[in-house]
Amino acid sequence: MFDTLSDRLGKVFDGLRGRGALTDSDVVEALREVRVALLEADVALPVAKDFIERVRVKAVGQDVVRSVTPGQQVVKIVHDELVETLGRDPAPLNVDHAPPAIIMMVGLQGSGKTTTTAKIAKRLQDRQKKKVLMASLDTRRPAAMEQLKILGEQVSVATLPIIEGQNPVSIAARAIEAARLGGFDVLILDTAGRTHVDEALMHEVGEIYNAASPSETLLVVDSLTGQDAVNVAQSFGGRLDISGVVLTRIDGDGRGGAALSMRAVTGKPIKLLGVGEKMDALEDFHPERIAGRILGMGDVVSLVEKAADTIDQAQAEKIAKKMRKGEFDLDDLAEQLRQMKRMGGIQGLMGMLPGMGKMGKQIQHANIDEDVFKHQEAIISSMTKKERRDPKLLNASRKRRVAAGSGTAVPEINKLLKMHRQMADMMKKVGKGGMKQMFGDPGAQLDEMPAGELPSAAPGLPGQPPGMGAGVPPGMGLPGLGMPGMPGPRGGSKKKRKK
Amino acid sequence: MSEDKTDRKGFFARLTQGLTKSTTRVSDGISGIFTKAKLDENTLQDLEDLLITSDLGAETAAEVTTALAKDRFDKEVTAADVKTALAEIVATKLEPIAKPLVLDADAKPHVILMVGVNGTGKTTTIGKLAHQFKTDGKRVVLAAGDTFRAAAVEQLKIWGTRTGCDVIAGDVGADAAGLAYDALAKAKADNADVLLIDTAGRLQNRRELMDELAKIVRVIKKLDPAAPHSVLLVLDATTGQNALGQADAFTEIAGVTGLVMTKLDGTARGGILVALAARTGLPIHAIGIGEAIDDLRPFAADEFAKALVGAQMS
Repeated sequence: MFDTLSDRLGKVFDGLRGRGALTDSDVVEALREVRVALLEADVALPVAKDFIERVRVKAVGQDVVRSVTPGQQVVKIVHDELVETLGRDPAPLNVDHAPPAIIMMVGLQGSGKTTTTAKIAKRLQDRQKKKVLMASLDTRRPAAMEQLKILGEQVSVATLPIIEGQNPVSIAARAIEAARLGGFDVLILDTAGRTHVDEALMHEVGEIYNAASPSETLLVVDSLTGQDAVNVAQSFGGRLDISGVVLTRIDGDGRGGAALSMRAVTGKPIKLLGVGEKMDALEDFHPERIAGRILGMGDVVSLVEKAADTIDQAQAEKIAKKMRKGEFDLDDLAEQLRQMKRMGGIQGLMGMLPGMGKMGKQIQHANIDEDVFKHQEAIISSMTKKERRDPKLLNASRKRRVAAGSGTAVPEINKLLKMHRQMADMMKKVGKGGMKQMFGDPGAQLDEMPAGELPSAAPGLPGQPPGMGAGVPPGMGLPGLGMPGMPGPRGGSKKKRKK
Repeated sequence: MSEDKTDRKGFFARLTQGLTKSTTRVSDGISGIFTKAKLDENTLQDLEDLLITSDLGAETAAEVTTALAKDRFDKEVTAADVKTALAEIVATKLEPIAKPLVLDADAKPHVILMVGVNGTGKTTTIGKLAHQFKTDGKRVVLAAGDTFRAAAVEQLKIWGTRTGCDVIAGDVGADAAGLAYDALAKAKADNADVLLIDTAGRLQNRRELMDELAKIVRVIKKLDPAAPHSVLLVLDATTGQNALGQADAFTEIAGVTGLVMTKLDGTARGGILVALAARTGLPIHAIGIGEAIDDLRPFAADEFAKALVGAQMS
């Protein structure tokens, strides 16, 4: 997500930054390119025009041109306006309503309403300890109700029993009654997908809305949507009092246009992002952070949160303790590999590190696939406990056995052992090193760090010695979460990092 | 559902009905722009912007306006002229790719693999295609290859009942490639004419999921090296420039042979097809204009182009 836009803008801004002095016409020229970049990213035309105009008003003029770093100033203005366009403050779901608080999901067919319904239910149940009931009002798509029922079983959330032949409004009434009687805190109504020009169905959704008077009415929008996003938003918004937007498929390589347009067109906040097919792949929307990602500034805050979310604290502390003592064995390495996988793999991590977006792509091009991690795990699992604790035991014949057991080859095992050695050394050195040391205060990151500037501690990526033990800093501020060394770049992408 | 009540209108009427809503804006826009009468730089810019709002993409929109400006720049033009000219330019681009899906009569069965990102309408399109083939007297088998999404199998089974086609399904979470293999073996044994294989929706940048798709294709080939005879990429008309990436990625992995565009009954204009035509040359076989069983139509370039720019209404 946002890669294409990020790349295009990066080029424009590199051009601006490279120069000492800027004239107004330089800025105007750059903004023309920004405009094309926005349109190619599917940002709605009126939103793109308005955005450019706002930036132009602020960027053209004495202050910017006379400043010491005019290019940087322009980037800052763009960043600020992006945040403004995206909505500035995060808007959490409002379910603090006399129970049952009702959330109604609406949107076009195939935008991801049902999946999102289950994800929201799971999140409310897990994080806010709410008792949630889900009801499908989709009487049109074959097996839609069945789908929600199955998802409910998967996430252990109750669903309204299906009664054939009821119309959506009656189902809604039955659901509200059931939620009330059952003592549910939250009721989520999943409606049928509908085209906003379908008069009859839009009338129906209006009736459901009136009957349920939901405290949240969420418009679910596919982030791959093109210019039509505006029409969808306006017509649903015209019919119902939408309280917020959920953008789905953010994990696709859509270009973020819908994200930028939605707030501006609906005037309602984007509340949540669907970021994958798994039931916990739902994130809060933070305008500031997304703006950072678009401008290639990374999103360290989300990274840390994600880490905190995924990591088994006890396990992490155990590893940290061992690390300080300089005992980092292959079991610990295997644990780290698993943790990294849970965090979304290398590319997931890269996208969130400042200046690393481009690296993520290099990794892709360098053909370093995440399968390598699977192989590494397999290698470690093929070792005996003793070997894992003391890798030095691995002589040639043991290595051959491990290779056969894991379906790999001896050189791969050597590589892994070398990587482990480097990591162990590194960890001994870093010891208690934390996030502060590596990144500075993460909270201040986005404000203070101009786009494209790599923090001094930015980890080396391909180009470093094979194995790259020192890779992304071990510990990453959180005990135990080191990124295991990456395999040497197969495609030999030795690209210089810009400073 | 309600298809019985709907008048059996001609293709153009149905398409227009669907596209009218979508076209009103472009059409109004064009009429709005050309009250000025003279085709100058500003007008062209406005026109280009309008095409961009139809998802033609910045590049294709620029191409089209350049073509339009060629003989007409600085001349007096009416809105009707511009619409006609625009429709012609668009139609010329689309003409080469308007090809219906032709079944290979020698193939027993002709295997059709449906691919695409999540939520584009693969399963629904299979239902509609099955209905068409069935109406043509073909023996049709459906394979519920979406073993991932909850109730996707049930959804296809319901379409099987509606169309009177056999559905081959496995367990949820089963290996989709294995299921495709079994389905093809069964379809062969049953002497079926057509086998339609559904697959789970997948984003084209998810490598592991794309690998899984590649495996399905590979496995099918073990039983019939010529299969899948058709690989249809289902595109949602509301999709923006991302459709280009989808076409590239799915073609690379699964060898897409043709496109189906769904949800043209909304306000989305499907302008991305124009960009796709230029970029991929993939034939577009059919368009989806509603949820009913007969809401799948062959694609006709000039009618689509006219409807897109609103040339038939002045």
